[in-house]
Amino acid sequence: MAQASATKVGEHAPQLELPDTSGTIHTLPTPNEAPATVIVWTCNHCPYALAWHDRIVEVARDYEGRGVRFLAVNSNDAERYPHDSLGAMRDRVESEDWPFPYLHDESQEAARAWAAQVTPHLYVLDPGLRITYEGAPDSDHRDPERNAEWLREALDAVLAGSEPVRPATDPVGCSIKWK
Amino acid sequence: MLREEMSAVGLDPEEIEVREVSTGADAEREEFIGSPTIRVDGRDVQPVPDEPIGLACRVYRLPDGRISPLPDPAEVRQTLAEAMNGGD
Repeated sequence: MAQASATKVGEHAPQLELPDTSGTIHTLPTPNEAPATVIVWTCNHCPYALAWHDRIVEVARDYEGRGVRFLAVNSNDAERYPHDSLGAMRDRVESEDWPFPYLHDESQEAARAWAAQVTPHLYVLDPGLRITYEGAPDSDHRDPERNAEWLREALDAVLAGSEPVRPATDPVGCSIKWK
Repeated sequence: MLREEMSAVGLDPEEIEVREVSTGADAEREEFIGSPTIRVDGRDVQPVPDEPIGLACRVYRLPDGRISPLPDPAEVRQTLAEAMNGGD
C-alpha cells in the first residue's frame, strides 16, 4: 500500500487527451464543460481499486442525471503488469458495463502531469476545471457502507457552487506501476 | 498480520522469509501471482490455481466475498496450524 499527500487542490487541472478502450479520444478541457468532473486513476489488478470500484460506479450512476462527467484512467505499465493491458481494460469495460470511459495512459504522461500516485486516486473538478477535491473515495476500502461518502460530499459541494468541507484526503491504494 | 498470527500459534515471527519478486523472470521462477503472497512451508494461504503468473498486486477474497489486499487472518492462522500439524 502507498499513501501520497494531496498537493494540488485549488490549482487548475492539467490538460488530458487520452483514448478509451474503443479508441475514442477524450479531452479535458472539452466543449460544454460539465458542472463537475471526476477523474479517477485506477487499474485492473489493485485490490484497493477493485474494492472501491463498485462504490465509484454507483456514484457515477447516481450523479449521471446532474451532468457530472466521470473519466477513469489506467496508467500502469502493461508490459510488466499484463493485467493492465489495453485488451484487459477493454474486456473489463465490456463485461462489467462501465458507465464511464476507461482511458489508457500508455505513456504515463497524464499520471505524471496530474501527480497521480496510487490507485484509486480521485480528483473532483469544478466547472472551471479547478481541482476542488483530491484523495480517496471514502475512509475505508473494506467497508462498502462508507458509500464513497468523501467523493459524494465533494460533488454535492461543487454542484451547489461551494467548496468541499474536506478538500483533500490521503489517497490510499497500490502505487502506480511506473515504467 | 502474519507476524501476529504466527505469534498467536506459538511460532517465531523472526522465521519469516521475505522474498522480493521484481521481474517477470522472478515471477515465473517463484510461480508468483501477486504481492503479497504468503506461503507456509510452500503452501499458499489462499490457493488460486487458475490465477496467471506475473507481477501484480494480489487480490484476496474474504469469507464474506469482499476484496482485500490481505488474506483473512483466520485463514492464515488455519494454514499455520495445519502446517504445524503435519500439513493436513
